[in-house]
Amino acid sequence: MSTVLELKNLSFVYGAGTPFEKKAVDDVSLSIEQGELIGIIGHTGSGKSTLVQMLNGLIKPAQGQVLLDGRDIWEQPKKIRDIRFRVGMVFQYPEYQLFEETVYKDIAFGAANKGLTGDELDQAVRRAADFTGLRPELLEKSPFDLSGGEKRRAAIAGVIAMDPEVLILDEPTAGLDPMGRELLLSQIINYHKEKGNTVLLVSHSMEDIARVADRVLVMNRSRLFMLDRTREVFAHGDELEKIGLRVPQVTKIMQALRAQGIDLPDSVLTVDEAFDTLSSLLKREGKIW
Amino acid sequence: MVRDVAFGQYFPGNSLMHRLDPRTKLIGFVALIAVIFCTFNYPALAIVVGVTAFLLLSSGIPFKFYLKSLKVILIVVLITSLLNLFYGSGEPIWQWWILKLTWNGIHRAIFVTVRIVCLILLSSCLTFTTSPTELTDAIERLMKPLNKIHFPVHEIAMMMSLALRFVPTLLEETDKIMQAQKARGADLDSGNFIRRAKALVPILIPLFVSAFRRAYDIATAMECRCYRGGTGRTRMKTLRMSGRDAACFVALALIICGVVLCDIFLKAAI
Repeated sequence: MSTVLELKNLSFVYGAGTPFEKKAVDDVSLSIEQGELIGIIGHTGSGKSTLVQMLNGLIKPAQGQVLLDGRDIWEQPKKIRDIRFRVGMVFQYPEYQLFEETVYKDIAFGAANKGLTGDELDQAVRRAADFTGLRPELLEKSPFDLSGGEKRRAAIAGVIAMDPEVLILDEPTAGLDPMGRELLLSQIINYHKEKGNTVLLVSHSMEDIARVADRVLVMNRSRLFMLDRTREVFAHGDELEKIGLRVPQVTKIMQALRAQGIDLPDSVLTVDEAFDTLSSLLKREGKIW
Repeated sequence: MVRDVAFGQYFPGNSLMHRLDPRTKLIGFVALIAVIFCTFNYPALAIVVGVTAFLLLSSGIPFKFYLKSLKVILIVVLITSLLNLFYGSGEPIWQWWILKLTWNGIHRAIFVTVRIVCLILLSSCLTFTTSPTELTDAIERLMKPLNKIHFPVHEIAMMMSLALRFVPTLLEETDKIMQAQKARGADLDSGNFIRRAKALVPILIPLFVSAFRRAYDIATAMECRCYRGGTGRTRMKTLRMSGRDAACFVALALIICGVVLCDIFLKAAI
């Protein structure tokens, strides 16, 4: 595996030089491998949104560097737009950015800005719509006639259509109903599997992160608090709780059972996994067959 | 960023200017503007400048914010004073091509510059020390007599305060939408005028959509709280005049008298 994104001593300050100065990201260094799915968690205001906005050059770091494939993205400030096609960013509540007459045109906006035309563009749009589960007949509708969940998926498709090497999603499931969440999440997993691209997922839902992420990045008070494999991170339940986060509920239950002296692993991430662990334990003890 | 635009910004504080009743400030401000444009000789101008300086000092706002507000109108001041400089009447003291410098022109230029600068400084002083809510309250109260001719004073004032309340919200929203479209490769800062105007479409449409959505939400929220206009409505903060305000009106009367007397008894400079 090769390193796709590398951050070196990255810092950002809001309102520098005014009385309202606030350090939003403080000396963060880390590297992300090609093809990883990274979950990013942190308390509100911990700097995670600012951090991800620096990765595609929407805001310029006050100090430090962002290296994409080993090259500083700010090497040629005039060409920063090219970086944005390579590092796709889906903002929180992206449905509010839709503006075109039809869903099709809206999805095509980013890809056309990138320079795609004709068949290439058409293919990019249809593939993106397919990844996000938008039915082809929706493409000719006005984006303002879609339901909330469909709008969200159309907006995400607009970024996917640019075919970015790294896809960043800021709270993609916020405000969706349980079905919509589930659907969107499985589409993201699918996209990641099929494309093999690097995906960064910012979320407040520990359950979602536990389910999909290879590694988890924890931000706390503008600093990098932890970056480790998902299982390792959620094994530190106490520390996470101290900074206002928690572990998935099922992980917590399993940890509580373990504290009772039952022989269980210290980090169980999903309900299915918990079920398997428990039933094999019970079988071993001869309580069920 | 869009947020950096200083627009009638309010600085909370507890200075003499802050504690005055907003109605006093509003009336005083309008009266002073009228007075500024009734100055025709240097003593009168000096009175106005002195009053402005006193008000700025008593507002307790750092002077650099006033300078910032002047920066915006620098070009206007330059152009008007230059025009006045060369278009005075009377004996030319220097002439080149169509440019003719006269004493009258010089006086005019000085008066125009000082008047505009005082005007801007005073209005900044008003908005720096009066919150938008106070200001609309004052307007509503002052326009109340218009109710008699069925002019919807309260409704207009409510619309004004709602509009003012949403200026920062919309600015923030614009910022967010701009970031989102930039992330999709929107190019906002290059190309000729037409291309730039076209590049605004992806920002303006979502902005309008969300503004309408907000308007509907606010209307629903107001109806849910049984809002039905101004009649019989009481206020949480009732405006109350105090001794300070009375003193202000006396001072205002003296200033007007002073300027008028100067105008009557002294020779006009322009």
